[in-house]
Amino acid sequence: MGIIKTNKLTFEYIRRDEEGNVEGITRAVDGVDLDIKQGDFIAVLGHNGSGKSTFAKHINAILYPTEGTIWVDGMDTQDEKHLWDIRQEAGMVFQNPDNQIIGQMVEEDVGFGPENMGVPTKEIWERVEESLKAVGMYEYRKHSPNKLSGGQKQRVSIAGVIAMHPKCIILDEPTAMLDPNGRKEVIRAVRALNDVEGITVVLITHYMEEIIHADMVFVMDQGHIAMEGTPREIFSRVDELKELRLDVPQVTLLAHELRQKGVNLPEGILTIEEFTEALAAVSGHK
Amino acid sequence: MALILDHVNYVYGEDTSLAVHALKDINLVIPDGQFIGLIGHTGSGKSTLVQHLNGLIRPTSGAIYYNGEDIHDGDYDKKKLRSKVGLVFQYPEHQLFEIDVFKDVCFGPKNLGLSQKETELRAYAALKQVGLADEYFYQSPFDLSGGQKRRVAIAGVLAMKPDILILDEPTAGLDPKGRDEILDQIAKLKEETGITVILVSHSMEDVAKYVERIIVMNRGSVLFDDAPREVFQHYRELEQVGLAAPQVTYIMQALAKRGMKVDTAVTTIREAGQEILRALAL
Repeated sequence: MGIIKTNKLTFEYIRRDEEGNVEGITRAVDGVDLDIKQGDFIAVLGHNGSGKSTFAKHINAILYPTEGTIWVDGMDTQDEKHLWDIRQEAGMVFQNPDNQIIGQMVEEDVGFGPENMGVPTKEIWERVEESLKAVGMYEYRKHSPNKLSGGQKQRVSIAGVIAMHPKCIILDEPTAMLDPNGRKEVIRAVRALNDVEGITVVLITHYMEEIIHADMVFVMDQGHIAMEGTPREIFSRVDELKELRLDVPQVTLLAHELRQKGVNLPEGILTIEEFTEALAAVSGHK
Repeated sequence: MALILDHVNYVYGEDTSLAVHALKDINLVIPDGQFIGLIGHTGSGKSTLVQHLNGLIRPTSGAIYYNGEDIHDGDYDKKKLRSKVGLVFQYPEHQLFEIDVFKDVCFGPKNLGLSQKETELRAYAALKQVGLADEYFYQSPFDLSGGQKRRVAIAGVLAMKPDILILDEPTAGLDPKGRDEILDQIAKLKEETGITVILVSHSMEDVAKYVERIIVMNRGSVLFDDAPREVFQHYRELEQVGLAAPQVTYIMQALAKRGMKVDTAVTTIREAGQEILRALAL
């Protein structure tokens, strides 16, 4: 069993009218079966309303399954005695950095999590230091969070999660509100956590370029997993992705369109280097 | 019918120790019917600039003219200006409040003092302009999807019949299809009505695809103001100010470096495809 495993995970929202009468039931997550290995970088794609955020909220027991089961590091999230262990092992970062930062100073904010876990003071400071260093924000430790850029705030939010020493970090569109530089900073920090610290990453995003290095991609649609595979496998299926309201990186799309025009390029090109190599090979044969 | 910014400066917290010079000597002409992209990293002054355009913020020095009139003249009708320069804020769906979609869109024109008939005609036309199907008109705006809510919010501004429509990150948080749908709709609207559109965006790919002119803000000043193909040639400078060019620019640069004779200034996938096919045929 991996760090996150689900068995027919299903979640239903009950819609109610103003008087509280049940109007209907929406099945937001519908029979999801997956098994995520410790240390993997996982990407979850899906259009708005496909169920990806609802799924993500199950990983640290913000939501509980209506049917089926989810285990985090072998612990069933519905087992109340594991609740705090699960929340510590699986940390979550949301879209809007301003909703997640509470401290007056960067280092206080990062120390909030471990402090609430009852970590001894000396160790809290050690954790704050290592977490801020891991996201490249150590020199800002004495700054006020509200003077930081969006990308910096998000990195502080991530440091706040890592200070709790999680095994797994779930990021729900962490770059949606950021400028290109902020986006790059955050993704670089997340990749480093995965590569260097071996933390399992679950990244939910609408930016296709952010996930080309993922180990595994899950595409959700109507609450279930519609596609799964490596980024190369997923991005080779351009037309299917478009039907699911998604996209591919520009370089992948360009290669796909040239291929349709008769240029002999492979499907699933992910980087500019691969593209130029492949194109050089083609033009060399001419 | 142009909007002119003449030596506009703006200082937040003037005469305090926290003073921030947010806009520095901005000179811009926004003529009729242009599709403009406004880009800049967080804190570059984009939003401050945008709020000057409909008089929400008064410049510390300098002047803003709309149709030849100074909008900060004592007897200038600011209410009318705000109906002519429509501003759609980030996450505009947070401002929806009415019990149904149609009433929400009626709110703006109703407050302009228009008759009920005119108000309703405008609301209907605006909802059609953003491509929202009739079946949603009498639903609560809160029951709609993210992309639909955003359309309703944009319709609320369009119902004021603005000459200039400013959209601050209209696609943030939408899935790729939702993003394309909204931008396609806005481009179509611009074609059909000749309205001026100013798109504030962090997506260089979107800006490259839709606009004819890009204004790049950095530290309160205008860094570049030109056509996309010219602006994105400066991709290294853009990176230095926290921005980037579309991936297409980097692809074409990489190909040129390898000796392929392609035009590196193209900014969209379609153009890039044509360029590469042309170069391969040689």
